[in-house]
Amino acid sequence: MIHPIPPGTRDVLPDEMRELRRLNRALIEVFEDRGYGEVATPAIEYDQVLARGDARASEGAYRFFDERGDLLALRSDMTVPIARLVASRFADAEPPLRLCYLASAHRAVRPQRGQMREFVQAGVELIGAPAPQGTAEVVEVLEAALKAAGLDRAVIGLGDADLYRQLLTELGIEGAARDSVLERLEMHDLVGLEAELSEIAGIGAEQVATCVALSQLRGGKEVLGQARGLGGVAVERATARLQETYDELERRGVADRVQIDLGLLRDRGYYSGAIVEVYDPALGHVLGGGGRYDGLLKRFGVDLPAAGFALYLERVHVAQMEESRRGRES
Amino acid sequence: VISAGVAGLGRAKSDGPLKLAVPRGALFAETLDILDGAGVDTSELRGDSRSLIFETEGVTLVTMRPSDVPTYVEAGAADVGITGKDVLLEQSDRRVYELLDLGFGHCRMVLAGRRGDESLGESQRRLGMMRIATKYPRIAERHFEATGRQIEVIEVKGSVELAPLIGLGDGIVDLVATGRTLEENDLEVREEILECTARFVANRVAHKLRAAEVDELTAKLREAVAG
Repeated sequence: MIHPIPPGTRDVLPDEMRELRRLNRALIEVFEDRGYGEVATPAIEYDQVLARGDARASEGAYRFFDERGDLLALRSDMTVPIARLVASRFADAEPPLRLCYLASAHRAVRPQRGQMREFVQAGVELIGAPAPQGTAEVVEVLEAALKAAGLDRAVIGLGDADLYRQLLTELGIEGAARDSVLERLEMHDLVGLEAELSEIAGIGAEQVATCVALSQLRGGKEVLGQARGLGGVAVERATARLQETYDELERRGVADRVQIDLGLLRDRGYYSGAIVEVYDPALGHVLGGGGRYDGLLKRFGVDLPAAGFALYLERVHVAQMEESRRGRES
Repeated sequence: VISAGVAGLGRAKSDGPLKLAVPRGALFAETLDILDGAGVDTSELRGDSRSLIFETEGVTLVTMRPSDVPTYVEAGAADVGITGKDVLLEQSDRRVYELLDLGFGHCRMVLAGRRGDESLGESQRRLGMMRIATKYPRIAERHFEATGRQIEVIEVKGSVELAPLIGLGDGIVDLVATGRTLEENDLEVREEILECTARFVANRVAHKLRAAEVDELTAKLREAVAG
């Protein structure tokens, strides 16, 4: 007899579990070797506490009332619970703190899109280490994790979350127009972006072209020069931040994996400064991402800079399988 | 146009030529013309071959229904593709990068009712909601929500013009190119919702990992559009 489970959830059977376990171990070993201690937090938290971290992301969360009538939510990532944990448990600890996790999280799905309601993330959080050193360390750990997973072709995209916020301020774009432009950039809808910008009073054709061109700059460190050529204070600042981080990555010998991407924007609300995304040519979806969130811990009462990343474990596993299949075929 | 290099990406080896999703149907002929203009050889597609996949120099062309293009491109089964803005709006939860307005395939999404017939207004006034037949339920819902009106969406797959003629719904939301089909079925445009043209889209990962190829094709298409 068949008893259904909700779409977007699944059972894991021994063959897959064995492979996932191997992958988990390899990743946690990389994190532990670099001084990141593993932590676990409850899957259920007070909605009010999670929303403090990221009101926008909590929109997609599963919520319910407990027996006392308190509103609870299933965590939708681990970054916010760890910020909560650090503020509660390690407020007086000597920074930097290095924590890692392997945990499931839940997000609402759109029907029939193959999205996961429940997924596993493996990641690290480095609390109390500012850019560029802290960012570079996190990218270095990410690089080692990809290597341990056998994803030799994977690429880490490196962008800057503040670039467009500052650029739009510089151009005097505020209010609803600003939100709408940022949304187009996040969706990477260039046609809409151009139309939207052209309608704003005081924005000339040259500024529209600059914005569109910036979002298309991705590649090695030569794109920093190309970006500077487009001018402006916001661009100058963002490229300076990226340059510092990239120099540090070169020094650590992991820059080969990194693609500088001035079009990168991530959909969680807490990022500031450097942001990263992970791609593998064998897979059409992003494998994971992260970045700096220097303002997040302050929302929990501890003013510390922080950075981290999370890999979607199931997607990394699919990429592993695709890569090994490809290896057999060629 | 800035064509960014991909230095530092030595590892991101490409798996064969770029795969481009080509829409069959109304956009097909003009898509082939613009691809010719961009230096892609489309001669094989112009024959009466029943094949779905065509290897050309530098690009593999994959033909499909326009409404399938976002699905293939989002999943990365096709790296880039061409489809109508109407399709992209109807499937706006598909995350694909929209890189270029190709200018052709111009048409309008409209609300239409039977000529001289007052049932749209009457339903709105007396029932507080209109019944709208459409192949574009999300675009229709979004339009009426944005203008503060309630509708009951009736999704149909075939000739939507039929619906109001025999009493399924008070009006339709549909794509209109010349307006002849509406006219022949005794329907008239009541509201313009939006204008659509063909768009060039890319998979998120392909846009990052095959930047040089995607940028080069975008630049060539842009030139072909400019004429």
